[in-house]
Amino acid sequence: MGRRVLLIEDEPNIIEAISYLLSRDGWTVHTHSDGETAMDKVRQGVPELIILDVMLPGRSGYDILRDLRADPQTADVPVMMLTARGQARDRELATSLGATQFMTKPFSNAEVLDSVRALAAL
Amino acid sequence: MSDRGVEPSAHDPLAPDPLARVPRVEFLDRAGYRQRRFRDAARLLPVVASILMVLPLMWPRDTADQSLTSQGMIYLFGLWICLIVAAFVVSRVLRYSGPEGDQGTGEGGAVR
Amino acid sequence: MISFNLLILVSLGYVAFLFLVAFAAERRAASGRSAWLRSSSIYTLSLSIYCTAWTFYGAVGYAARSGLEFLTIYLGPTIVMIGWWWFLRKLVRIGRSQRLTSIADLISSRFGKSTALGVMVTVLAIVGTTPYIALQLQSVTQSIGIFAAHSGAVWEAGDLNGAAMWVAFGLAVFTLLFGTRNLDASERHHGIVLAIAVEAVVKLFALVAVGIFVVWGVAGGVGPTLDLIDASAQSQWAPVPSRWVGLIFVSGAAFLCLPRMFQVLVVENADERHLSTAGWAFPAYLLFMSLFVVPIAVVGLDLMPAGANPDMFVVSVPLAEGREGLAILAFLGGFSSATSMVIVATLALATMVSNHIVVPGWLNARTPGAVVSGDVRDVVVLARRVSIGLVLALGYVYFRLSGGGAALAAIGLVSFTGVIQVLPAMVGGVVWRGANRWGAGAGLVVGFVVWGWTQFLPSFGVDAALSQAVFDHGPFGLDWLRPQALFGITGIDPFVHAVFWSMCLNAGAFMIVSILTFPNPVERLQGAQFVKIFDYSSGARLWTQSAAQAEDMLVMAQRIIGGAKAQTLFQAEAQSQGKAGFLPDVTPDFIGRLERELSGSVGAATAHAMIGQLTEGTMISVDDLIAVADETAQIMEYSNRLEAKSAEQERTARALREANEKLTALSIQKDAFLSQISHELRTPMTSIRSFSDILREDDLEDASRARFAGIIHDESNRLTRLLDDLLDLGVLESGQVQLNLGHGTLAEVIDRAVMAAGADGGALKVSRRAVNEAVPVFTDLERLTQVFINLISNAVKYATVPEPELRIIVRSLEGRCVVDFCDNGPGVPKESQSMIFEKFSRLEDAGKAGGAGLGLAICRQIMAALGGDVTYLPAQGGAAFRVTLPENVEMAAQ
Repeated sequence: MGRRVLLIEDEPNIIEAISYLLSRDGWTVHTHSDGETAMDKVRQGVPELIILDVMLPGRSGYDILRDLRADPQTADVPVMMLTARGQARDRELATSLGATQFMTKPFSNAEVLDSVRALAAL
Repeated sequence: MSDRGVEPSAHDPLAPDPLARVPRVEFLDRAGYRQRRFRDAARLLPVVASILMVLPLMWPRDTADQSLTSQGMIYLFGLWICLIVAAFVVSRVLRYSGPEGDQGTGEGGAVR
Repeated sequence: MISFNLLILVSLGYVAFLFLVAFAAERRAASGRSAWLRSSSIYTLSLSIYCTAWTFYGAVGYAARSGLEFLTIYLGPTIVMIGWWWFLRKLVRIGRSQRLTSIADLISSRFGKSTALGVMVTVLAIVGTTPYIALQLQSVTQSIGIFAAHSGAVWEAGDLNGAAMWVAFGLAVFTLLFGTRNLDASERHHGIVLAIAVEAVVKLFALVAVGIFVVWGVAGGVGPTLDLIDASAQSQWAPVPSRWVGLIFVSGAAFLCLPRMFQVLVVENADERHLSTAGWAFPAYLLFMSLFVVPIAVVGLDLMPAGANPDMFVVSVPLAEGREGLAILAFLGGFSSATSMVIVATLALATMVSNHIVVPGWLNARTPGAVVSGDVRDVVVLARRVSIGLVLALGYVYFRLSGGGAALAAIGLVSFTGVIQVLPAMVGGVVWRGANRWGAGAGLVVGFVVWGWTQFLPSFGVDAALSQAVFDHGPFGLDWLRPQALFGITGIDPFVHAVFWSMCLNAGAFMIVSILTFPNPVERLQGAQFVKIFDYSSGARLWTQSAAQAEDMLVMAQRIIGGAKAQTLFQAEAQSQGKAGFLPDVTPDFIGRLERELSGSVGAATAHAMIGQLTEGTMISVDDLIAVADETAQIMEYSNRLEAKSAEQERTARALREANEKLTALSIQKDAFLSQISHELRTPMTSIRSFSDILREDDLEDASRARFAGIIHDESNRLTRLLDDLLDLGVLESGQVQLNLGHGTLAEVIDRAVMAAGADGGALKVSRRAVNEAVPVFTDLERLTQVFINLISNAVKYATVPEPELRIIVRSLEGRCVVDFCDNGPGVPKESQSMIFEKFSRLEDAGKAGGAGLGLAICRQIMAALGGDVTYLPAQGGAAFRVTLPENVEMAAQ
């Protein structure tokens, strides 16, 4: 049983890609694809790391991030934001809300792995 | 001008603004509508009076020398009193507002 | 037995009282405390000068001779007064706004400020009124004679004449004193008006008192009085229809046309609203004046010896009954009737004579510069004073000449018929713009001549003015000109004959000549103002830019209306021109105003002529008139245009506001779309990049490798589709779309679309009616299918209910084939309905869309290219879209 990572993302192909990458690297990957119920999923078992997409059905990634930071249980969990919009504004917003890492799609596998490893080391 | 108590002396107080045209209102509220009908009544009164005044000319006479003088007096004075009362009532209810006139027919704006 | 001297004493005391009343009224008015002097009751009472001595004494005589016919003399004015809304109101408004001084001024002013017409009306008025004034003198002297006879004195003709002369002299003094105090004839004569109001009360009181005495004191009550009436010689009342109607008409018309009535009705009117009070109060006054006439007549006939003059019953019956106090009261009533009429009539006539005959003549006799140098004011005052004396002297002379024997009432009717010759010109001038001065002149002349021939001359009696031969065979043997049988029509009552012919020929000449001739510009302007008085209420411009100097104008105005008033007028004008402290510019408007002001003193024609002398040659011409009309039209058009413009501006502003809101919304949408398109492009690319990275590594199982390659393939297809859509929309929008027309049926197109949208056999239930879908179409089938696919996909995506259903309904609407796609989902929120067809737009809940929000925009573009349309149908219980097929769908298919 490796270290737990929670991937919140709605695109099935991207979920598959990241899951494949991280599990190969020794992570236990939990996935969730709905924004509305994402917080419940987090509270069931707080992961070591959260990868959070911005555009989710039901609830935006930013709102979830805000809740995560507000909840003392999860306030210190590293969060890596993924976004397909990639504008400077989005990055600033994410940082101000307390994102640990911000990554614009499309990303290279190496980038993801490096980031995850770096965050896990914190 | 009608609502001025004092006779204008220095110069005509009515020097109008050529652009001041009061557009004619076609449909009025109840009070305005009433007023228009009172004006109609004021117009109607002399017509009715004229007709009723010549009515004795058509009175039937049984005999050529039948006396009608006292009857005629009673009729004419009675009619007269009725007309005076009617005119009185009209003069009470009619708001004689003066300048905007009484255009019963739809006339266009004033041409100055 | 009454002392005759007592009567004289009482009369003198009464006269002194009247002087005091008039004097007090003038004092009050001068000190500004005159509100009650202008009250509607004073106005109503002043109208009572209609009831002259003829009414006071003569009506009883009339009733004694002809029964109820005397009532017509009151019924006519009653109709006119209760019908004030029709004509009097307009007349008073005109009189006030034009500052009219007399009925001659009305006619003259209306018809181009014509001096000639003013003279004609003045002459007519003098001829018509002089006998009437004589009549008043006669009635006063007759009643004095009755007293003299009663007291045993025997009065010779010379005594009567002397009395008449003294009465005339006294009246002249009174009128001079109170009638020419202020030159401005259009100002109220408070003294005179109050005096005649007092006299009105006295005469009514006297007549009613005699009436009450007769009914309850002599006859013994109402019932016996009525019996007495029915038993009397006057019981055979059988009104002659033509006389009855004719008399009502003449008295009503005379009420308007008599110079003295015009004076009190119009010139002395202080407030138009008084008309509405007088409208009922004056008929009531008349009613009381006539209520006891028949009883007095009947009792008089019953009581007095045969041969007693019924005209004097009002005085002689109380005397015969020994009621001397009552008789004196009755005498004072008659005296009041006579004097009030004479005073006002004289004043009115004198104003007319001075303004229309003397002053114009004086002006003509002078060189053009005279207006400035001569002292007009003195001339006008003098002219008016001389005229007063002249008019009364004329009355006295007439009284002496006529010998004072004829029945009072007869001369009254002659007089009435004479003055109503003004009626056609007056009424025509006020209601008909086409009336002109030639017509008015012709009517007046014809009416005057016909009246003179058929009534005035014959009224002197056979062999007096006209010989028996003329009565029988006409002048010079011209049979058709017989005075009482014009055109050979005999058998008409002489009075009706005269009224009928004079009125018909007068009005006929007036209208025909008016129709055949042209008015001059001033007439046309004045005509428009008179007829449309309620639209204008102010003088139109009669002058063009003037060469006259303001100084000359001021000098002239001072000489006419007095220094203080003229200076006030000029200062006010300068102030309104923004030149306070200096002389005003001589603008056309100012000249017009000045002229109106002057006309209040000297009449319209004279004022016009005087100003004309100063402004020489600058009077309005036809061209100017047309220019004024053009200007007016331009002003009106301009203001109409302004109105239209401001309305248009408002519309434009509203449209702009809407457009702006839409643009702002679109701009937000566009930002959102750019994010969206970025998301849509980056998402498949993320998968592609990630899996291609993985594929580059060697240690992969074949199964995984194939699977990852499949994903890459799908995602790149997705990218391609997106780019296709964007390009498609670009092409459609640029209008360069190539249509691939073909035949098919709607059913086939829908089948294909349902299948392609993946709705076939899915969760979404599609309900259709095959019968309706058998519509042949000739269009670009591919494109139409694309539209349907989009709409069905939308339902698949958005109808998020447990049992989603899509109904596809084909029907014919207004000759066009429409296809409705209605689902049972949540529908499109109202605020988004206007947006959904815009490209870059997508409903907020984007997650399920799977597209970039281009579908509906593409649909709309396609339908536009095909010649149809797609719209959102609100309130269908879900999302509903209506595709309207191209018009020629069916026809082209055949």
